[in-house]
Amino acid sequence: MRASFFDMLVDLSKDRDDLFVLTADLGFKLFDTFKSQCSDRFYDVGVAEANMIGIAAGLSLTGRNVFCYSIIPFLVMRAYEQIRIDIAYHNLNVKLVGVGGGFTYGMEGITHFGLEDLALMRSLQNMSIVVPADLWEARKLARIACDYPGPLYIRLGRTGEPQIHEAEPAFEIGKPMILRDGKQIALICLGNMVHIGLQVADLLQSRGLSATLVNMHTLKPVDAGFIRQLAGAHEWVFTLEEHNVHGGIGSLVAEVLIESSYRGSFKRFGIPDLEKVMGNADYLRAYYGLTTEKIAERILTLLH
Amino acid sequence: MTYPEKNAGLEELINIARKIRLSILDLIYRTRSPHIGPSFSIVEILVALYFRFLRASPEQVLDPGRDRFILSKGHSCAALYAVLRERGFLTQEDLDGFAMNGGTLEQHPNIDMEKGIEVSTGSLGHGLSIGAGMALSGKVTAQNYRVFVLLSDGELNEGSVWEAVMFAGHHRLSNLIAMVDANKIQALGCTRDIINLEPLGRKWDSFGWHAQDVDGHNFKQIVQALDSLSPDQPNVLILHTVKGKGVSFMEHELLWHYRAPNEKEYRQALQELK
Repeated sequence: MRASFFDMLVDLSKDRDDLFVLTADLGFKLFDTFKSQCSDRFYDVGVAEANMIGIAAGLSLTGRNVFCYSIIPFLVMRAYEQIRIDIAYHNLNVKLVGVGGGFTYGMEGITHFGLEDLALMRSLQNMSIVVPADLWEARKLARIACDYPGPLYIRLGRTGEPQIHEAEPAFEIGKPMILRDGKQIALICLGNMVHIGLQVADLLQSRGLSATLVNMHTLKPVDAGFIRQLAGAHEWVFTLEEHNVHGGIGSLVAEVLIESSYRGSFKRFGIPDLEKVMGNADYLRAYYGLTTEKIAERILTLLH
Repeated sequence: MTYPEKNAGLEELINIARKIRLSILDLIYRTRSPHIGPSFSIVEILVALYFRFLRASPEQVLDPGRDRFILSKGHSCAALYAVLRERGFLTQEDLDGFAMNGGTLEQHPNIDMEKGIEVSTGSLGHGLSIGAGMALSGKVTAQNYRVFVLLSDGELNEGSVWEAVMFAGHHRLSNLIAMVDANKIQALGCTRDIINLEPLGRKWDSFGWHAQDVDGHNFKQIVQALDSLSPDQPNVLILHTVKGKGVSFMEHELLWHYRAPNEKEYRQALQELK
């Protein structure tokens, strides 16, 4: 997914001499082509995320179109105050590309997890937030991002994500994507949980339960009308995300529902506060219950 | 785009500086605002920049080729506002709305390029990185504007400043000029007691910058330093200044980082500054 995103940026950079890419010394081999083709528009600023964001702001204030890259916690949390003031408050044309959503970096441990980023980014003014679900969406998003005005946070996985689409989908920032039309329950999924959600829907179908599945790739700007309409047409609404349950897509949907006349039922699936347990990404997802079987089982228990 | 030569002479610069201090005193006294001390310490450098060196003008605020000035030590903005007013970027109405409910200008600068405020500052440690980005942009696109960033000495405690110092040194951003208001006092005391910065000039030098030590209240020295910038390295002026400069009972006194003068103090300050 990460490579698809930046391959697309390389293609785009041929016709766009305003495109700059900054990294805080991460992305081994990822930028080789961009660097060889646009050496004066690629900068490894060193292990200095706060400075990277400030430099991006300065470049943007003088008319350049800037993409910043790092692993999510370093990009978002180390440089959060710079993002808050220099990028978000100034409403600058800077794209923040974070890699390693959720447990992507599994065995590397908690310092590398991306579990609070959405909560932090959601509260920033002017900040749009998009989480592509597969490499097709990531490619399309790279193209859209180049012309998207204002700050944009893009949360990527890393590599080997299952494909949702077979070709580039119709993908528009702010427009949720219905991937499965059902009747009784609605599954609102984010990023890599779209793939799990589709499997959950299949499993529930085999147990006689019809599920609608939404790829809610944009957290901000949020299509609240869509969420209200979706909720109105289903008895249960579930959210699935690989992010702390506080402040991510579950919180977002809950906010919309509680302020509407929704009288149905609602449940968030995500990551609680962490326990002292280690493992690779799949192991941790399973430990915290984010597998197809465990989610389906919990939904069936709730419904019966 | 060409800019009208301001090129004020030394005598004129001194007269403008006197006027600016009176304006700062008025702004602070009227609104009971903090930070009169660190505003007084940067008057000369601001006056020298805006009336002699900066290729920027209120008639061409959005010109991509303009020089940029960033007040990284945003808390001293009363001085910036007074200078921007004197130079025609701000109106008297703008100044009258300083620190007022529903007013115009806050106690830290808020971005408004059309009024000559290039960046929102107030959280220390941001300005030099932004300036480095602007300078890099100018280099890559072969524009000849320069970027001036004014920092406080206490601000140099922020690690992000040194990230930017390393970056600018490495990329030889000679169009970036940092200026340190070395008034030797930070929020809770003397810099030498809190985090000793010395030898400050040598620190910058060792990061690939061209450092010059300057009496920050001496226009002759400031002009000389700005006239002898290195053409192939980033430049820094260490401006040796006095916090509260110009008012005897405010000079070197930490208290005036916080307090606004009462009526009696105001009258005495007025007397001394006139």
